[in-house]
Amino acid sequence: MRYSIKNIINLRGIYAILWRELITFFRETPRFISSIVSPIIWLFIFGSGLGSSVVIGEIEYQKFIFAGILTQTFLFTSIFYGVYLVWDRRIDLLKSILVSPLSRTTIFLGKLLGGVTISLIESIIVLLLGLLIGIHYTPFTFFAAIVIVILASAIFTAIGLTIGSILDSPEGFQLLSTFILFPLFFLSGALFPLENLPQWLDIITAINPVSYVVDILRGVLIGINHISIVSSFSLILIFLIITSIIGVESFKRMRA
Amino acid sequence: MSALIKMNDLTKIFMSGRHEIIAVDKLNLAIEEGEVYGFLGPNGAGKTTTIKMLSTLLEPTAGSAQVNGYDIIKQPSKVRESIGIVFQDPSSDELLTGYENLKLSALMYNVRPADVEKRIDFAFELVELTERKDDLVKTYSGGMRRRLEIARALLHKPKILFLDEPTLGLDPRGRETIWKYIERLRNEYQMTILLTTHYMEEADTFADRICIIDHGRAVAIDTPEKLKRRVGGDIITIVADSPRVDKIKNLKWVKKIERKNGKLLVMVDNAAAHIQALLNKIGKVECVEVRRPTLDDVFIKFTGRRLEEEQAEGGFFEKVIMVQSRQS
Repeated sequence: MRYSIKNIINLRGIYAILWRELITFFRETPRFISSIVSPIIWLFIFGSGLGSSVVIGEIEYQKFIFAGILTQTFLFTSIFYGVYLVWDRRIDLLKSILVSPLSRTTIFLGKLLGGVTISLIESIIVLLLGLLIGIHYTPFTFFAAIVIVILASAIFTAIGLTIGSILDSPEGFQLLSTFILFPLFFLSGALFPLENLPQWLDIITAINPVSYVVDILRGVLIGINHISIVSSFSLILIFLIITSIIGVESFKRMRA
Repeated sequence: MSALIKMNDLTKIFMSGRHEIIAVDKLNLAIEEGEVYGFLGPNGAGKTTTIKMLSTLLEPTAGSAQVNGYDIIKQPSKVRESIGIVFQDPSSDELLTGYENLKLSALMYNVRPADVEKRIDFAFELVELTERKDDLVKTYSGGMRRRLEIARALLHKPKILFLDEPTLGLDPRGRETIWKYIERLRNEYQMTILLTTHYMEEADTFADRICIIDHGRAVAIDTPEKLKRRVGGDIITIVADSPRVDKIKNLKWVKKIERKNGKLLVMVDNAAAHIQALLNKIGKVECVEVRRPTLDDVFIKFTGRRLEEEQAEGGFFEKVIMVQSRQS
């Protein structure tokens, strides 16, 4: 038997999965609306509320948390995208996909692109909202932010899909968000600077991929970053490779 | 004719706590090209598990099988290309229209781009859903969904079609419609079909051969006619105060006499020819019923139990209702 890359990665198959993900996303209107409204609330209510009494360095608080809110938008969308895999299993649609000749790698890549595309759409809306609070873009910074959003949401989508491939019930995702997602988000520097944290939290911050994403985005958008952009970018690529490999492997073991 | 599906000691064991549950126990079956093969058995007999293994969704614990000449463990994607499958539970995406569901499938099965629309049109016509093809699947009835899934299973022109309880949960009209399609697929397209059912009538009418399966084991395999003949003849049920059993028990066409719930069950060769003679000998009777053996009798003969007409695992409509709650 001959093995070729075409058997493992089937572009038409990837397109098929992606196409279906996007149709269902736009048909489930509540899903779309809530993903847009939540960053608006954070940015304008939380940001300007807390911003009225807090200034970080020379920067208005609203601008400081902008990169954090952007990250929050695609972080939550990407991770929770995995819940739709659990739904696919519940409604038995997954069975009909797994019984098709598509390889598990193809199915994973199709799903991954679906999650990334949805995260990207939402992130672009948030980026445009940034104009309202005085974030200035050059074509380069806008483009750079988009590249980072794509890579970072691929990391988190891969994590979400890995979890979704294991869980049987959507409720499991609630636990996950309480015990993993919120800590990672709050310890990422998204909402406050990390300089004065107690030392034991430093370790979590250092191994937390969200920290690097927030830092590099803040660097690109308002010029404040603690880690060099090249290091953050390289780490993001490494995280992406690792999470994708784990994702593909977990898809290969996934039961219908 | 050659075997299109071949099982060699195909076995599946599930672990439930510390207990082993043998779902499928060393099946050695061969299904020939062009035949409609029925798995008949009660719930939990191992029918669906067997289909899942043959369609590569579940790995066997031991043994192996070839489907269309491909090994289910070593060449799963070749196997998947060769088969179309309609699952017991609805497995279409109800946020998509019927058309979109079929298109998704055509892309996944790599149907040639030039053929996609033609095949979809054809499939919709076959199951008579053309008028509803642009409606969301969530507006379909259970029967329409089943028809859509049959259409979907045929898009890539598979050599073998698996139908897992194709009429489960449908009303009589819905069942009849599905039967009509199965007939057409067999007669016009010479499709090889493996269907599981726990409706005897269905197996009797449609299957060329039946495998009676119980506790994961094949207890009898034959054509429905021959299976029924194995019961030992026609059954005459007699209600009488004092039947003269002694007068009939030595007749050579009487195969077996049983008493059950105050009734006398006499199994005879060719009841139509001998009923008069029997009645003359046995004396005054209150009531007589003559019937040919059914697959139910066959099932009782081989397993000692009745094949109950209850709902199979995971009723179709229960699932539809559960799925609809996703919308809220």
